[in-house]
Order: sequence, then C-alpha cells, then structure tokens
Amino acid sequence: MTAVPGAQSPELDLATARRQTVVDGLGIIASAGAFGFVYGLSARTAGFTPIEASAMSILVFGGAAQFAAVGYVAGGFSWLGIVLLTAFLNARHVLYSAALAPWLADRPRAERAVMAHLLTDEAFALSITHFRRLGRADRWGYWFAAIAATFVPWNLATLAGVFVGGAIPDPTQYGLGVVFPAAMAGLAVALASGRREIAAAIVGAILGVAISLAWDPAIGIIAGGLVGPLVAMALPGPPMLERYPADPFPLGVQPDRPGRLVEHDGDR
Amino acid sequence: MIDPAVDLVVLALLMGLVTYPSRALPLLFAHVGRLPPRALAYLRLVGPAVLAALAAVNTMVVVNTAPDAARSPSFYVGIEWLAVVVCAAIVAWRRNLLLGIGAAVAIVGLAKAFALA
Repeated sequence: MTAVPGAQSPELDLATARRQTVVDGLGIIASAGAFGFVYGLSARTAGFTPIEASAMSILVFGGAAQFAAVGYVAGGFSWLGIVLLTAFLNARHVLYSAALAPWLADRPRAERAVMAHLLTDEAFALSITHFRRLGRADRWGYWFAAIAATFVPWNLATLAGVFVGGAIPDPTQYGLGVVFPAAMAGLAVALASGRREIAAAIVGAILGVAISLAWDPAIGIIAGGLVGPLVAMALPGPPMLERYPADPFPLGVQPDRPGRLVEHDGDR
Repeated sequence: MIDPAVDLVVLALLMGLVTYPSRALPLLFAHVGRLPPRALAYLRLVGPAVLAALAAVNTMVVVNTAPDAARSPSFYVGIEWLAVVVCAAIVAWRRNLLLGIGAAVAIVGLAKAFALA
C-alpha cells in the first residue's frame, strides 16, 4: 500500500472505507448491469453469436467501443476502421492509468498488468475515490471496483441481454440510462475537496462538452481531463493548503483521528 | 479459415490489443517515484476533471451511431440534466452516492412515466 503526496485524508478505518466503497459500488453495478444488458441485446440484434458478444465484453471491456463496434459490424465497416476507432475511443484510459500509477507503484508488475486490462471509467472512479478517502492505496478497493462492481455485472448482463433480451423490457426506458452520468458526477463531487479540484472539474466539464460538439466525445473527454488540471494549477492566489480533515470527506466517511495541516508543494 | 460463428472473436481480440496499451503503459512503466511534485499534483487533479467531463458529455452530447449515419455529435437538453445536478447536489450535501443515483433514476423514470421526457 502506497501513501501518495496530496492524498485527501490521513488513514481512515479500513473497514469503514471499504464498506462505503461497497455501497458506492451498488450504483456502479446497476449502471454496468443496465448498459451491459443493452449491449448484449444490441449485439444479438446485430447478429453476434453469444460467444462473440461475450468475447467483446471480456477482451475489449469498454462500453463505448463495444457499442460502436456493434453498429459498425452491422453496417459492414472494415475491421481496420473498427480497430482504429476502438483505439481512439479508449485512448482516455491513459489518463486513468497515469493517475492511478502513483498509488499502485509498489504492486508487482504482473499484478499491475492484470489491473490494467480491467481499468474502465467505473473502476477508475470508484478506486481513486476509495484511495483518496483512505489516504493510501488499497488493492482490495481496486479489485472490488474493477471486478465485482464492473467486470462481473457487465459480463453477466451481456449474456442476459444476448439470451433473454427480447423477453425483458429495455432497462433504460425506466431511467437507468442516467445512472452512469449521475455516478460520474457524484464521484467527481466527492473528489472535489478544494478550489483547484473544483476548478479542474468545471473546466473539464465545459471543455469536454465544447470539444465533443466540435469534434467527437472521445476527444472532448480526453481534452477535458488533460486541460482541466492545467487550468486549475494555473489559478492565481496563495498555495493551496489542504486541511485534514477540515475538508469534507468523500461520501460520508468520517475521520477517525484529528486533522493535520499539509502544504501541497505541487500547487505553488 | 475462421468459423463464421466466432470470427468476431478475432475482431474482439484485435480491439482488446489496441486498447491495452493506453490502459497499461503508464501503470507499468511510469517511474512515479521520480515524478516532480507538480506532476503528482497534476495527476491528482485528473480525477475530478475527467469524471466531470464524462458526466457532462454523457448528459449533454448525443451521437448518432446508426450504421448508415454520420458520427455527428449534437447538443442535448433533457430531464437528465436535472437528474445529474440533483445527484451531484445530494452527494455534496449528504455524501451519499447511492442516494444521489436513486434520486436521479427516480426523476428520469417519473418523467418518462408521465411522458415528460
């Protein structure tokens, strides 16, 4: 387990933090289940066999790229075009990987190699919130976020969509389509504990939408994630002091020891 | 000759192969111990920025992915805006993500039920 400069809190009770992450994960499970189901249904409609639909969910494990692939396979696009589009749509993962790298640096390389394959929007959001809440890395948090909250429900729901999709109403018609953006917004709020985090989130959102409309959502999300932190770091004013635990703790976790004042070198 | 019943497994493998480097390279090869404090501070801000971008783009931008249509993004205004804002407000207030997501789903579900969305 690695302590990281700028971590949001000193060590909290591990069991409490894990319990909170499991509760947060329920929303992510609902999101992965709903979208995985719709993906499976779409794949079946496009002529994928169950093995093919599941292979996508296991080997690609990226919702946007899988949905795009279903559309393009059905449309008769070339494989080369689909593969290039996949690389483009999934390029944002490099940001997640870089942001998690300091936390997971002491894990064996083979373990990090497996962790990398399971890195998704949801796994990143849940695990980085867990680490920041705890003040250090906790590989249980990563595996829970990546496997229990995302990989398993996504793949089970894919199979459900393929095999029984026609008999069950589309879950998005009941409002479940909003779960993913709501979860991402909620987790962003949970991470936004200081003015620079808030500025990074606001700039990331505005820039993300603007560039998505001008070019493509894949570029917009990457640009928002890249430029938002730069703008936040360039904010004028005194260096950001992170007061532990005066800043709100994410998602209901209470500190179990008095706070301390930490000056963050990187924010000067 | 690949069995036509599973030939898309090969495509899935290729898609996975081009995705893996973006997931793995920083995690496997970044020498984070030698990163300067400003770089670590930057990485710390990536989380809120990219999650907010994901939320905003998934709420406000729609893309036509029909096979015969151009991949043209367009601005979307709908009840999902309110739902996502309510979720964010509940998380800021109560620090409870599940409650926020529940409220968001209820807003959209009720709007659809009453043909308001």
